[in-house]
Amino acid sequence: MDRLAFDIAHFLAGGLVLISFVLLYQDRLFALLNAYALQALTLAFAVAWQAHIQEAPHLYITAGITLVFKALIIPVALHRMVARLGVHREVETVVSLVPTMLGGIGLVALSMVVMLRVTHGADPLTREDLAFALSVVLLGMLMMVTRTNAVSQVVGFMSLENGLILAAAAAKGMPLVVEISVAFSVLIALIVIGIFLFRIRERFDSVDLQALDDFRGETR
Amino acid sequence: MPLSAWLLGDAALLVLGFLGVFLSRARAGSALVYSAAFVITALLCGVSVARLLTGGEAATITLPFGLPWLGAHFRIDTISTFFLAVVNFGAAAASFFAIGYGRHESEPGRVLPFFPVFLAAMNFVLVADDAFTFLLSWELMSLASWALVMAHSREPANARAGFVYILMASLGTFALLLAFGLLAGADGHYAFDVIRAHPPTPVLAGLILALALFGAGSKAGLAPLHVWLPLAHPAAPSHVSALMSGVMTKVAVYGFLRLVFDLNGPADWWWGIPVLTAGAGTAVLGVLFALLQNDFKRVLAYSTIENIGVIFVALGLALAFKTHNFGAAAALAMTAALFHVLNHAVFKNLLFFGAGAVLAATGERDLGKLGGLLKNMPATGLFVLVGCAAISALPPLNGFASEWLVFQAILLSPSLPSWALKLLIPAVGALLALAAALAGACFVRAFGIGFLGRPRSDAAKDAHEVDRFSLVAMGVLSVLCLLAGIFPGVIIDALSPIVRALVGVSMAPQAALGWFAIAPIAESRSSYDGLLVFLFIALSAMLAAFIIHRLASDAVRVAPAWDCGFPDADPNTQYSPESFAQPIRRVFSGFVFSTQESVDMPAPGDLRPARYELRVRDRAWDIVYKPVVGAVQKLADVLNRLQFLTIQQYLSLVFAALVVLLLALAIWT
Repeated sequence: MDRLAFDIAHFLAGGLVLISFVLLYQDRLFALLNAYALQALTLAFAVAWQAHIQEAPHLYITAGITLVFKALIIPVALHRMVARLGVHREVETVVSLVPTMLGGIGLVALSMVVMLRVTHGADPLTREDLAFALSVVLLGMLMMVTRTNAVSQVVGFMSLENGLILAAAAAKGMPLVVEISVAFSVLIALIVIGIFLFRIRERFDSVDLQALDDFRGETR
Repeated sequence: MPLSAWLLGDAALLVLGFLGVFLSRARAGSALVYSAAFVITALLCGVSVARLLTGGEAATITLPFGLPWLGAHFRIDTISTFFLAVVNFGAAAASFFAIGYGRHESEPGRVLPFFPVFLAAMNFVLVADDAFTFLLSWELMSLASWALVMAHSREPANARAGFVYILMASLGTFALLLAFGLLAGADGHYAFDVIRAHPPTPVLAGLILALALFGAGSKAGLAPLHVWLPLAHPAAPSHVSALMSGVMTKVAVYGFLRLVFDLNGPADWWWGIPVLTAGAGTAVLGVLFALLQNDFKRVLAYSTIENIGVIFVALGLALAFKTHNFGAAAALAMTAALFHVLNHAVFKNLLFFGAGAVLAATGERDLGKLGGLLKNMPATGLFVLVGCAAISALPPLNGFASEWLVFQAILLSPSLPSWALKLLIPAVGALLALAAALAGACFVRAFGIGFLGRPRSDAAKDAHEVDRFSLVAMGVLSVLCLLAGIFPGVIIDALSPIVRALVGVSMAPQAALGWFAIAPIAESRSSYDGLLVFLFIALSAMLAAFIIHRLASDAVRVAPAWDCGFPDADPNTQYSPESFAQPIRRVFSGFVFSTQESVDMPAPGDLRPARYELRVRDRAWDIVYKPVVGAVQKLADVLNRLQFLTIQQYLSLVFAALVVLLLALAIWT
């Protein structure tokens, strides 16, 4: 049973990292949002599984919040926003796909090395989960850095936050109150970012951040 | 007398500074604050001297403030007692002088609160016994004196002086911070007694010596870190200038002594070399620049640099002799250094008071607009003359006694085994001799232009004698110059416990010699008797005066004055300060300073006056400071681009920092 529990947790966390790579690879906005919804769904399962094996009922609440907010509300809201924004729906990249993917692999390797070394002596499940969580965080940041489209930046930020939730679920003893407040802060971030998206679109007819830099008179 | 007496006195000074904020609005507030400061510092000086003579044991107190795990350690030993005596003596004299002089202050609210705080901070530096308290007091001293420099910040040059000063002071404190950090080691024991118990390794000790030379040297005015001093010291009110020049530089010397002779473990053989070189260079540079200045207070500030050079040469000699186990010679050099510390505090205060008196009487600091002051200000003139003679090292005054001791120590150098020192020290001696001679020229010029001849401006013509407090302060200091010069043996004997604490040995007692003579090494080799020299000078002068009065005709003769082809000469035809300095300026202008002379001669028939312009520039600015400033500006230009990045680039920066830190973690653990 223990072996099976570990394998399933490992599978779900690894799935999160895999979906992060899927996110990195997308060049259509709607596909990106769908992949993000899939990641949030996987996260909800991962947290629920953690609740099951840790016998911590409050984690079910976290899983529920993740499922409702991140797998349903946020993707649907972003879908509608993109539809209403009416901008063209391709993801503009700064660095092309292949180097980004290679960099992502390097980051996963780095987080494995660091985490497995630093958490010497901890429970093996926690160690694996923390390593995966750090990978997801780094991949989310990588996405924010290598994409200029504002929507994909939002998605990168949200997926980064997924990594944090995974880490919080894996590290036993995270109080529920913190998780709820994190979930709400993400929601508020979504609202703020949404408003900004519309403002940017209103001004520049595009959500490409390049337009902001051009407006500031910078050249690259 | 327990240590708490000094701490109480310092606390009283701090309270006085606080009261000064309110008292500066009252009419008699200035006199009140200065009188109180005088009483407190005079008492502190008195107990310090008493402790010095009775030879009290070292005492410590730990107070529960400062760093929570450290507390504030205070300690008084013979070294700090001596400097406490010197500092509080100078402070008392300045306070007394200021009772009268402070009346001329236009903005007392900007001076009165900071003056007592400045005094208290200097006292705290001297009794601090851990690195934290020491640096805190040191920085308080810098800041309080900076506030005093900025008292008249509306004069354009003063703002720049204050800027340069605060910059150099911060740099110096930073160097000291690093030095104490190295001394404390990885365990971070900042209390001095723990540092003393764990001496650093030789390499670290060398680094600490360099940092101490930089940190304390920048405060004392060692070349090439001296550039702030001639700007800042004259900018402050005169009694504060006196304190900064005469007293605060001594606190810097104390900091150097404490770091190098006490905390830094046993000295290496080469330690004397940087100190000697810096000292000799400073002495010559300082006096050469002093010779070129037209501002009386700036002359004095540059001469402070020269005297600091002399003191550091003596300290370097003491280090060199001590490391080669020449105990008696090291004791001689250290005695000379401490004696000169004392002397300089006395005559530099005296001269700055004189400059202040002249400033109060005429409103002029420019020597080129003074002249003939001796007629209207005979007492001030006499006292300044004594100070000038003392600082020029003329017997029988005190300056001669201490510089003579320095040269006696230099003459012992051939017995040193190290060839580097054997070759270096005579060269240092030659430079020091040059500096001594130039100092004579410098003060002949300052006194001659300022007090003799005929007035060069109406302000100088209408000068009047200053108030009694100022005169008494100057008079007491003049008498002390004379007494210390006539009875040097008494002072050498009083200094012996401090010298023993610093170099382990002290000079043989001089009181046994009789007739107040001193013989630093052996009577067969050299000896000096200030009393006999004084008596001879006094008697021969009286005899000459008597003969002249007796034999010369006292009939009044009327003759045109200055009738050498100019029957009705304008005062401007007299020697000007520039013309007096011209020969020396031309000799040294090639490599020491850059001077530009230009004569603008009008064409024949043109009625405008010819103009002669002279620009003197300190090369230290070009050689040391310009590259540094340039590098800082270049770096700032490069970093300035960080202000104009795109969002993406800012995010990338954060991301890159995170990845680099993770990599470091992955590699090192």
